[in-house]
Amino acid sequence: MHDTYLGLAAFAQTGGLILFVVAFLLVVAYAFWPSKARKKEFDDAANIPLKED
Amino acid sequence: MTTLQAPIQPPAKSLRWGEGALIGVFSLFALFSIVVAAKAYTPEFAFHAYLFAAASIAAVFAIGNRYMNRPAGPVPQFIDGKPNYNMGVVKFATIAAVVWGIAGFLVGVIAALQLAFPLFNFDLPWISFGRLRPLHTSAVIFAFGGNVLLATSFYVVQRTSRARLAGDLAPWFVILGYNFFIVIAGTGYLLGITQGKEYAEPEWYSDLWLTVVWVTYLLVFLVTLLKRNEPHIYVANWFYLAFIITIAVLHLGNNATIPVSVFSPKSYILWSGVQDAMFQWWYGHNAVGFFLTAGFLALMYYFIPKRAERPVYSYRLSIVHFWALIFIYIWAGPHHLHYTALPDWAQTLGMTFSVILWMPSWGGMINGLMTLSGAWDKLRTDPVIRMMVVAVAFYGMSTFEGPMMSVKAVNSLSHYTEWTIGHVHSGALGWVAYISFGAIYCLVPWLWNKREMYSVKAINWHFWVSTLGIVLYISSMWVAGILQGLMWRAYTQLGFLEYSFIETVEAMHPLYVIRALGGILFLTGALIMAWNIWKTITTPQTAAERELALQAAE
Repeated sequence: MHDTYLGLAAFAQTGGLILFVVAFLLVVAYAFWPSKARKKEFDDAANIPLKED
Repeated sequence: MTTLQAPIQPPAKSLRWGEGALIGVFSLFALFSIVVAAKAYTPEFAFHAYLFAAASIAAVFAIGNRYMNRPAGPVPQFIDGKPNYNMGVVKFATIAAVVWGIAGFLVGVIAALQLAFPLFNFDLPWISFGRLRPLHTSAVIFAFGGNVLLATSFYVVQRTSRARLAGDLAPWFVILGYNFFIVIAGTGYLLGITQGKEYAEPEWYSDLWLTVVWVTYLLVFLVTLLKRNEPHIYVANWFYLAFIITIAVLHLGNNATIPVSVFSPKSYILWSGVQDAMFQWWYGHNAVGFFLTAGFLALMYYFIPKRAERPVYSYRLSIVHFWALIFIYIWAGPHHLHYTALPDWAQTLGMTFSVILWMPSWGGMINGLMTLSGAWDKLRTDPVIRMMVVAVAFYGMSTFEGPMMSVKAVNSLSHYTEWTIGHVHSGALGWVAYISFGAIYCLVPWLWNKREMYSVKAINWHFWVSTLGIVLYISSMWVAGILQGLMWRAYTQLGFLEYSFIETVEAMHPLYVIRALGGILFLTGALIMAWNIWKTITTPQTAAERELALQAAE
């Protein structure tokens, strides 16, 4: 039980931390990457609620 | 053509698979519930078992009745090229939200009066403060807030996916099953059935029932997204999805209990000691984070752009807002356990993540507010927009106050005092209730095909009366909390505590009275809204349209 805890804690404090930080940075890069195509994609998505049937 | 060849004959109607299965399941469940009721250990549990039996029998009749009256063919997904939206469930949940809201606010007012004047307990165990308090919190969060989230999520996912809600009976099972859970939970508190865990008071059998309802909710939502006719999943749906999934995980984790017997309402949790406490506040804080925040942010991202007729300020920011909340919120729970047996590092972790939460919260607030840039005049002319913008401002304010209170030094003064109650209500009344009222004022005319609410003037009255109520509520609780905290930590020169506990209670009496007054004003505002909704639905024309018609006639 104690060993399981230590193993999980060791992973959480190293690999887990890196995994989460990198994943989050990827999200930020995806959202803010200057790209014409993606800008259009986001603009289209933002206008979904305003479209009428 | 076809009429020439064959007389019109209705196609043979047969029971759908789901209808037959549900009739079977509910019939068996009714029998099972009656057996449980007969052998129940306590009369309160027997009462709940009978409620389950009655609801199951009612469900069998409702499904049968619906079968007799429905057309034989499948429900068309499109009519004249337009999606055939399922708005019946949305209407039901909207009305349920208003009814539960008023009940919950009323119970809150009674609880506030009980604190100011203990006479209001009337020496009756069922309505003593200890039982009414969880009834109030559950009624406003889960009954009012929950129905708002059900109604708006089913509305928004259909409109932004341009697809009819998935499932035939499933959406109704979700809405009615959820409201039945509320009835079981609420009557349980009054009868003294509770797990004693904040926001997780319902006992094991209500928890199991809610699990079934919630998984169905997730499936209905997911399948509707899957059959969408839009390439993108609009950001509001992301927030709804996060809310649904996270609440499911939290609910299972914090209610991992083993009942004493199937005939007993009592159960014991698997976790013990400080781990149980940590589970509870992991659950409790994320109920705030994912029920009261993520869920209602979905409202912000749909109803503010829709009402202001302009897209959200920055769609990019909304993506970062979403993922930042998801990554950070889940760690903040330990700040509820400062200076307890919880290890210090866990307390510091909770505090740190709470402070980091400032960033996404304010990013989201800016995104909501700036959606109005270039249309600020609407704040003056449209009370519904004003209500939703004030809601977002309160979101910003209470997400500033929360992290501040999670800092250990501040928490040593604020914890266990009325300041916490004030903080919760600036979030609950200012943010959650106001964004809900705004959404309801949008939804009601849309759902019942009216141009506007019956009386825009009444919306204005609702806004100002309620706002005055909130100001009285939170300012009195700030003063009460800080007063209480300072009195508790005051020492005499000899090192003795300066005040006895009852002296601190006495000192807060006037503030409790002001708080009750604030609550009464807030309830009054909600009653004005209920009247307005009633008139909107039942009057063929709105007041403004009648006036226009009269002017035209002159």
